[in-house]
Amino acid sequence: MKNISAIFFRQLKDTIKNKSVLIQFLMFPMMTLIMENTIKLDNMPPNFFAELYAVMYVGMAPLTAVSSIIAEEKEKNTLRVLLMANVKPHEYMLGVGSYVWLLCMAGALVIGLCADYSALAMVGYMLVMAVGFVISILAGATVGLLSPGQMAATSISVPMMTVFSFLPMIAMFNSTIEKIAKFCYTYQIKLFLALPDGDIMSMSGIIVLACSFAVAVTAFIISYKRNGLE
Amino acid sequence: MYSIAIDKVTKSFGSKEVLSGIDLKIKKGEIFGLLGPSGAGKTTLIKILTGQTEHYGGSAVILGKEANKMSGTDHTRIGIMMDNFGVYERMSCRENLRLFAGIYGISKTAADSALAEVGLEKSAKTAAKDLSKGMRSRLQLARAFMTSPDILFLDEPTSGLDPVMTDAIHKMILAKKNEGCTIFLTTHNMAEAAELCDHTALLNNGVIVEYGEPAEICRRYDRLKKLNIRLRDGSEIILENSPQSADEIAGYISEGKLETIHSTEPDLEAVFMELTGRGFAD
Repeated sequence: MKNISAIFFRQLKDTIKNKSVLIQFLMFPMMTLIMENTIKLDNMPPNFFAELYAVMYVGMAPLTAVSSIIAEEKEKNTLRVLLMANVKPHEYMLGVGSYVWLLCMAGALVIGLCADYSALAMVGYMLVMAVGFVISILAGATVGLLSPGQMAATSISVPMMTVFSFLPMIAMFNSTIEKIAKFCYTYQIKLFLALPDGDIMSMSGIIVLACSFAVAVTAFIISYKRNGLE
Repeated sequence: MYSIAIDKVTKSFGSKEVLSGIDLKIKKGEIFGLLGPSGAGKTTLIKILTGQTEHYGGSAVILGKEANKMSGTDHTRIGIMMDNFGVYERMSCRENLRLFAGIYGISKTAADSALAEVGLEKSAKTAAKDLSKGMRSRLQLARAFMTSPDILFLDEPTSGLDPVMTDAIHKMILAKKNEGCTIFLTTHNMAEAAELCDHTALLNNGVIVEYGEPAEICRRYDRLKKLNIRLRDGSEIILENSPQSADEIAGYISEGKLETIHSTEPDLEAVFMELTGRGFAD
């Protein structure tokens, strides 16, 4: 626990100084704040920008933040020093993962508060965002493990986050893409957020989220066994 | 009592054998220097001894425990400074050390003491990315010193530093020795080894080709001594240390041709070259 909290607070202190990670956490909550409060169009669905940016936030922020943090530590050889100081790989992953998850949850809360959710809908929204963040964090950690440095991590994470973030939006305009998007966890989150207050997620949505989680865990374990943290 | 006991250690990467049956015993409180050119296997041996490489042949015992079986507590008893060990660039020197103080479970004042010990107290708030190479080396040393370790592993600690910074780091290393710390040093700087080390081993292609006190090793190869003769006509002659040379010198003296004569003692690099046919820079 001591090592997890040391890693967690190190990351927290670094947030202000690490602009590339900071922008990931702030961009979508800020965009939501601005757009929800400044743009009002006729026939615009309720909470349009909040739901749009929430889905993009899930697909983008945790993935790029985690992959960038791990890849930077590998590139600068600070991860090796941590491991030599007897920080266990799972402690490191929990420290970084919990940091990214908590900051993303704070961002999600800001987005949620911009939307006109009831208390019940807010709970549902935060729960589904929490699960989405975990899946994206695992995907980002996998990218970080597979990448020798930040450049490589960016080249893998950008196409991934583009798919996760934009697929739900593109699916609105193309039925073929929508058929594919149904298997994507971010699309299922988008569908859930569009439901009326109090409705629960569809069974197919829950299955897609559970399968995405299982795939993310499996990919993470395989890449860890193959590459370790070095 | 040996701090480090290495017995027939081997290590291969694929079909390439990097270390071939290394035997070494290092007493508590001594400075041991492992010398050799790049690629000789120095860093591989340090990685084995510090538990970074788990799989190897033979036995490498550190403070009474096999290197690949050291626990977390054992790791706090060794300090490591390696060239490839990074520092957190955006964090200040103090923050860098306090992070590790938290991980090691030692007080934050230990971090401040370590900073003072390496003369970085005035740069405590400076971000690591703004440090010079020498100051960065000091920060890495401070991190290695922080737990008051029983053994320090220093991999090329003065590589690329100017003479003033090198001298400062030498003084810190000697101060640690005086506190009873065992120091395992790798270097390809002969003068550094001769100045600091109680014992040295010359490593070539994964094999120790010579071992002993630096001065003793050089004495063993006294036959490599050269005699530099300068004659009155301005010509210079280099002679081997042999009876034939003595006759030749006697001839110059009797003919009144001799202006100066001095001998060049073999250094560790000359010994290494004699043994391996290559220099440390090759």
